[in-house]
Amino acid sequence: MPVTKWNYQITKASEIPEIFAKAFYIAKSGRPGPVLIDITKDAQFELFDFEYSKCKGIRSYNPLPTISNDSIDNASKLINNAKKPLIVWGQGVILGNAEKEFKDFVEKSGIPAAWTILGLSALPTSHDLNVGMVGMHGNYGPNILTNKCDLLIAVGMRFDDRVTGDPKTYASQAKIIHLDIDPAEINKNIIADVPVIGDCKDSLKRITNKIEKKSHSKWISKFDDLMKIEFEKVIKSDLNPLNDGLTMGESIIAINEFTNGDAIIVTDVGQHQMVACRYANFVKSKSNITSGGLGTMGFALPAAMGAKMGALNREVVAVIGDGGYQMTIQELGTIFQFQIPVKIVILNNDFLGMVRQWQQLFFDKRYASTEMVNPDFVAIAKGYFLDSERVKDRKDLKPAVERMIKSKKPYVLEICVEKENNVFPMIPTGASVSDIRLN
Amino acid sequence: MEKKNNYTISVYTENNVGLLHRLSAIFLKRHINIESFTTSECEIKDVFRFIIVVKMTKSGVEKVSKQIEKQVEVIRVFFHTDSETIFQESALYKMKSSALFEERHIQNIIKESNARIVTVNPDYFVIEKTGFRDDTEKLYNDLEKYGLLQFTRSGRIAVSKEKMGISEILNTFKIQK
Repeated sequence: MPVTKWNYQITKASEIPEIFAKAFYIAKSGRPGPVLIDITKDAQFELFDFEYSKCKGIRSYNPLPTISNDSIDNASKLINNAKKPLIVWGQGVILGNAEKEFKDFVEKSGIPAAWTILGLSALPTSHDLNVGMVGMHGNYGPNILTNKCDLLIAVGMRFDDRVTGDPKTYASQAKIIHLDIDPAEINKNIIADVPVIGDCKDSLKRITNKIEKKSHSKWISKFDDLMKIEFEKVIKSDLNPLNDGLTMGESIIAINEFTNGDAIIVTDVGQHQMVACRYANFVKSKSNITSGGLGTMGFALPAAMGAKMGALNREVVAVIGDGGYQMTIQELGTIFQFQIPVKIVILNNDFLGMVRQWQQLFFDKRYASTEMVNPDFVAIAKGYFLDSERVKDRKDLKPAVERMIKSKKPYVLEICVEKENNVFPMIPTGASVSDIRLN
Repeated sequence: MEKKNNYTISVYTENNVGLLHRLSAIFLKRHINIESFTTSECEIKDVFRFIIVVKMTKSGVEKVSKQIEKQVEVIRVFFHTDSETIFQESALYKMKSSALFEERHIQNIIKESNARIVTVNPDYFVIEKTGFRDDTEKLYNDLEKYGLLQFTRSGRIAVSKEKMGISEILNTFKIQK
């Protein structure tokens, strides 16, 4: 089953320059995606005269669909007439390098904007109109109000099932504008009233030019009200727990503090991922690295190495659960060998926490294969000659995080957190976004 | 429930090894049974046309067509209902030659069905019939009782009533370059 955007098997060495040129062009253009080149052993042993020219286009492939004027006009009209509009943005904003155009659009329209997990960091966390995350473990306000808005503007997102919950009840009262570069995403999961097919860097700019400057203060106050409820019921105890045990939330806040919210946060898959995305602060785009809809446990450690190699001047903090960590733990060898100064935080609750949470809430606490009997993570890191320490008590948390961030070398910090904490809010699978639970 | 219909999907592609695998995966992932599948070079040199017949809902065939068109080597995808296309299938029937002489009725069946005898030799003869599925099916039912040695039917070949304009699409690319 092909999982790449494009693939090719080279059987003659002479094909190499052309296929490589084509592969890079395809991978980077349009909706970017991975490509795979397989070079046969025969071809690897051949000699040929090397000549390279860049690929500038492929006849059957149109990476930049022309944006129709009608779609821009219709979208602008809907936006100008909307009383309770909501923007939901995704990774398309980042992939399209359209952060500035997006921010201009949000600010001129005055529309509250919520993010999908892969859209995170395109707009700074502290932005007034950033109302948080949508979806299964997203914020209370944007989920509830998805089903109250009169216009939903989806920018570079694909209405994944983690975002929509039950698609039949998703924003069914609202008109939908869907901006996407990939025509196959339009009407795939949610029917769009106005599809705007094309590069959002361009379409956002054109829409921004056509819309009136507005502020929707009364509508935005609804988000604030719901945030207050979420704070009381969820966030307060996540960040300032009354129990002795450490929480994942306060660990993330400590990372925020010592990185000034300016780190690249790489997450694995599970509870820690949701908590990190909910509470990590971002000021710069492309700072949230996670596997998103793929849900690939083991992703964080190698991804963090890649992030560091790609952005040597930035702090890279990998936040990983004890479950996913052991899936690619051998990469500590590469980190040691190449001295890649990534900071690794293991949020250890001795469980596959997210699966345990589901078993608790939906399967009568039948905990099957979710309890972890873990090795000594600090000893393993030390086996690779990496600096490492373990934190169990609140008083030790901040100093340890500070030591880790100050270190110029790779560093493994194991934080032992409460074993059976749950991540809330939560939309049960198949439920409507407005059925989001706070406990 | 949305009604299912027959759709003829026409896929214009570059000549590419491995594309067929990608196309079949799109159907496999959605558990869609392919009723018929043919491919050949089309009216433009080096451009191939797949003709795929499926029974599915309109919204389903729209999504599948977009997924096919998303493949890098696919130029364009069209889908049409039966009434929007002119389509035919071919069938070959191989029988014992003795039947042709011993069963006089066979000659009438061949004549009435507008079928054609492709080859005759002392041991067997082969009949060819082109038409709608019902036509080749009827001939099959008529001949079956006299003993068919082999029977085979081609996939659907079809042309659309509307213009598809592939040459124009390819020309636009040339101009942009």
